[in-house]
Amino acid sequence: MIRFILIRLLQAIPVLLIISVVTFAMVRTAPGGPFDQEVKMQDEVKAAIEAHYGLDKSAIEQYFVWLGNALQGDLGPSFKYPNRSVHELIGDAFPVSLELGIWAMLVALTLGVGAGLIASTRPNTSRDYLPMSIAMFGICIPRFVMGPLLILVFSIYLQWYNSSGWFFASDRVLPALTMGIYYAAYVARLTRGGMLEVLGQDYIRTARAKGADEKRIIFKHAFKGGMRPVVSFFGPAMANLLAGSFIVESIFQIPGLGRYFIMAAFNRDYFLIQGTVMTYAVLIIVLNLLADILLVWLSPRLRFD
Amino acid sequence: MNLKETLKVLLGGSLFFAVSILLLYVLSGFGDRPRLADDGAKRQILHIANGSEPSGIDTHLTTGVTEHAIQMALTEGLVSEDPVNLDPVPGIAHSWDTSEDGTVYTFHLRDALWSNGDPITAQDFVLSFKRALSPKLGNEYTYMLYYLVNGEAFFKGEVEFNEVGAKALDDKTLQLTINEPTPFFLSLLNHHSWYPVHVATVLENGDLDSRSNKWAREDTFVGNGPFVIDEWKVNNVFSVRKNPLYWDADRVKLQGIRFYPLESLDTEERAFRAGQVHKTDKLPLPKIPFYIERNDPNLLLAPYLGSYHYSINTTRPPFNDKRVRQALSLSIDRESIVKNVSRAGEQAAYSIVPPDCAGYTPRQLFEKDIVKAQRLLAEAGFPGGEGFPEFNILYNTLESHKSIAEAIQQMWRKNLGIDVGLENQEWKVYLTSKMNMDYDIARYGWIGDYVDPTTFLGLYTSYSGNNNSGWGSQEYDDLLAKAAKAKSLEERMEYFHQAEKILADESPFIPIYYYMSSYLLDSRIKGWYPNLLDHHPYKYVYFEE
Amino acid sequence: MSEAANNQKNEVIDLAHVEKGSSLWSDSWRRLSKNHLAVGGGFLLLAIAIVCVLGIWIGQSHEEQNLSLGPTAPSSDHWLGTDMLGRDMLARILFGGRISLLVGLVATFVSLVIGVIYGTVSGYIGGKVDSVMMRIVDILYTIPFIIFVILLMVFFGRNLVLIFVAIGAVEWLTMARIVRGQVLSIKNEEFIEAAQALGLSRMRIIFRHIIPNVIGPVIVYATLTVPSVMLLEAVLSFLGLGVQAPATSWGALIKEGADAMEEYPWMLLFPGGALAITLFCLNFLGDGLRDALDVRRSKD
Repeated sequence: MIRFILIRLLQAIPVLLIISVVTFAMVRTAPGGPFDQEVKMQDEVKAAIEAHYGLDKSAIEQYFVWLGNALQGDLGPSFKYPNRSVHELIGDAFPVSLELGIWAMLVALTLGVGAGLIASTRPNTSRDYLPMSIAMFGICIPRFVMGPLLILVFSIYLQWYNSSGWFFASDRVLPALTMGIYYAAYVARLTRGGMLEVLGQDYIRTARAKGADEKRIIFKHAFKGGMRPVVSFFGPAMANLLAGSFIVESIFQIPGLGRYFIMAAFNRDYFLIQGTVMTYAVLIIVLNLLADILLVWLSPRLRFD
Repeated sequence: MNLKETLKVLLGGSLFFAVSILLLYVLSGFGDRPRLADDGAKRQILHIANGSEPSGIDTHLTTGVTEHAIQMALTEGLVSEDPVNLDPVPGIAHSWDTSEDGTVYTFHLRDALWSNGDPITAQDFVLSFKRALSPKLGNEYTYMLYYLVNGEAFFKGEVEFNEVGAKALDDKTLQLTINEPTPFFLSLLNHHSWYPVHVATVLENGDLDSRSNKWAREDTFVGNGPFVIDEWKVNNVFSVRKNPLYWDADRVKLQGIRFYPLESLDTEERAFRAGQVHKTDKLPLPKIPFYIERNDPNLLLAPYLGSYHYSINTTRPPFNDKRVRQALSLSIDRESIVKNVSRAGEQAAYSIVPPDCAGYTPRQLFEKDIVKAQRLLAEAGFPGGEGFPEFNILYNTLESHKSIAEAIQQMWRKNLGIDVGLENQEWKVYLTSKMNMDYDIARYGWIGDYVDPTTFLGLYTSYSGNNNSGWGSQEYDDLLAKAAKAKSLEERMEYFHQAEKILADESPFIPIYYYMSSYLLDSRIKGWYPNLLDHHPYKYVYFEE
Repeated sequence: MSEAANNQKNEVIDLAHVEKGSSLWSDSWRRLSKNHLAVGGGFLLLAIAIVCVLGIWIGQSHEEQNLSLGPTAPSSDHWLGTDMLGRDMLARILFGGRISLLVGLVATFVSLVIGVIYGTVSGYIGGKVDSVMMRIVDILYTIPFIIFVILLMVFFGRNLVLIFVAIGAVEWLTMARIVRGQVLSIKNEEFIEAAQALGLSRMRIIFRHIIPNVIGPVIVYATLTVPSVMLLEAVLSFLGLGVQAPATSWGALIKEGADAMEEYPWMLLFPGGALAITLFCLNFLGDGLRDALDVRRSKD
């Protein structure tokens, strides 16, 4: 297993390099520069700013300057926030997104796996339809509706929580629910699907035929196999959760990472885009690796190769 | 499935629901949520929803309204503004003299202090202006200082700074020499590009003219305004507290201000209703009529110094024909748009300068006239809109822009028989299209920098970098040049009227409405007066005891 | 060898017979048609699609404004109310359904096909090929979506096909990972080894034995993809790709409705309801398909 992880980490190097080149090329090709705005900047001013950030050099030279700095841990300045470095912005925002992502994941897994398990044990009965219908509504209600709904009920009508902000422990509840419920619905459906797949297999039927205890069958025999689709889904989904969600962050005004993915792209904040994409890439690589390790652990016949 | 089973499921479901509600309740601390707005009103702390995270507070690097709202608390210029009518009132300068010809201003500074205790000197101002004009810094508002003699020449590297018209006669006397008499010069000094910076602090943190100089951060910043920084958490809160060293500290009643970068208008409005902020940035469109209808005491609607119009690309046929442009403009029902579409009490616009702009109100030079529009269109060779080529209205993606474009699309179809397509683009793409004149008709919002008609009329001069219509007229440029040298206010106004006549006749753009500020303001707040720039000097603001 | 493995081996041999007689697919079809919920869902879905396509003839126009009317609640004139510009919501929902159903179903189907084939090949072949293929997926995950869409438009203009390209580019990735995970877990099972021993070709094993065995979670995920694709389409129109106003889609209508959910709830409820009904239909149909395609069920 250690060899497996090492190989994957080695593979990460070319992957990250390719991602950085592709992102760099895409961002520089996109129309609109970081310093275009409604009131046109004087040419001299724009030239001065671009020279300051080295944007007057050739694209290839710029890339290698960026790469050289990045390897030393300097991700460059932000254009939008000239007083802050990309490193600092991401460093401040990531812990927030991480915390919120973990809360949301707990919500998603508790509700989702629970509902999926309940549903799969009695397929096509009300015990299946009820939780699954709720899950379907969870999927149908987009986060930009769910968030405001929760705020209207819990902070404006009931006055329990702040409607926005990231100051008190209680400020975590509504955003975590908004994000968690959305993923919970996916997890519930995937759990049910995965469990039914496993429960239909012959060795389970055999175990049932031998009169094994139902609870034991589900948790001892079926659960591991049934969770495979959830695990595959959760690699990238977890990366998305941890990287923050722009929608949720802007509804609840959370100083997380998600906003930078969107705002940096809209502002053409080159180094910030590059920084966020690289952060996300690391998350994806690490979490997909974790998911693959879990997958091996869940599939007794699989070995690391 | 039998009855027992169903009951079990229902029971289980409701139990789960009850437990989760209970859990939520526990986490919330049993509902004793502190209402910041009430607490703030008691302790004189103002909570403001401020649009977005400020890009910074360095007055020479910022351009936005968001940043200005914070800078106004931290920094003060030579003059300050009257909270009611924004007239210049003494700021760091307690008085000033003007030369006969109106080109030399001598300011006498008071014994005011920086927030670190240093005295504010005339040299501070001179060096600040040098920084603002330095070619390397990349200050987008350098042109605001071009009024100074040789300001532009210094920026372009043609002269040394000692030739620029900004001199410290002694520690407390500052002399500014400007190119030509400018009636609104004192108001200009209220623009943040004229604010001073604490030069010693800037130099401690790097070069005077480096963009990456990190002097303007929470731990290093030194200001001279009524408030000082308390705490700055990116994307979370910018908090200031009263500055005891401020020269007019006795007048300042607020103990502190918290600026929250609430980006979503709906989030702001909800935060207001949840009792977390006293002021929002802008009210979401669908909500405005409801607030108006119930006479909400917290709603503030006031004219704002901005023009919403459609710029026409006059280089593309058939828009090179002014009859076509006039027809498009004449056939729009602006009254219906402001009443039914934008719905924030805006005023329909028939010119570019908003009414009552520094004493100037444009005459209404035309009105909706569909018959005339149809006739003009027919004369241009498109009777009943027949044969009119395909074209698009370009706008940056925003629900309100879309609604207005849709309404105008239908008006042109009905009134003129021409079919226009709509094209939305993401902000930067839209800007690029506009700048490269890669459009037929484009939405354009123009906000005045200062209260004077020139900030609007200057937009459509042939040399303006922001005139993307491809239209230009020597006669028009000349009129504005004459206005700049006008001897009397009446003469000046008359030139403006003539200039607007040309605009109405040539129609290089289609005026639609003048902006309104529309936001929520806690009715307990006093000393907050609606005005064209939406500037509200915080030292006059307080909560009623 | 365990009893279960024995059964599976028999199954493979059985299947080899079945192929000659009644095919796996016609068996599945027969099973599907017996599932009333699935059939009902399918018919309702079809009905929605037909109504949306024919909706242009209901007498109201999706773009005819009535500015002085403005947003009004459902009434006898406008069964589902009107929107901000006084346009009939029913007409707009029906019109929007065309683009949403098209994008939702086609884009999902495309991502399903790509994802299933890619994931199966990657998982089944394994080794270096699997590594490279999965690293490509990792790379594609990280492409900044907004910039990608903007570039698409710069190079290809605004074009309906681009919507499928843009959505397809992101939606198949997770599908591929799920499929690969499933394939990895079954490829060492005896019945696959048996099929290999029987000398079946790689393609045949993939399409005959592997895909049918992993299809369950895949269909579930595909039905989940439809609503997210429909909402993604609204994001694309934000960037200028997709339908242009005054044409609309469910995603765009829901977005508009969400902005006014307190004031004019019908603007959110009805398009949201349309999306929900579609999703439920798809879901029943998906579950039915899953059961019908389940090779092990065929023994029942």
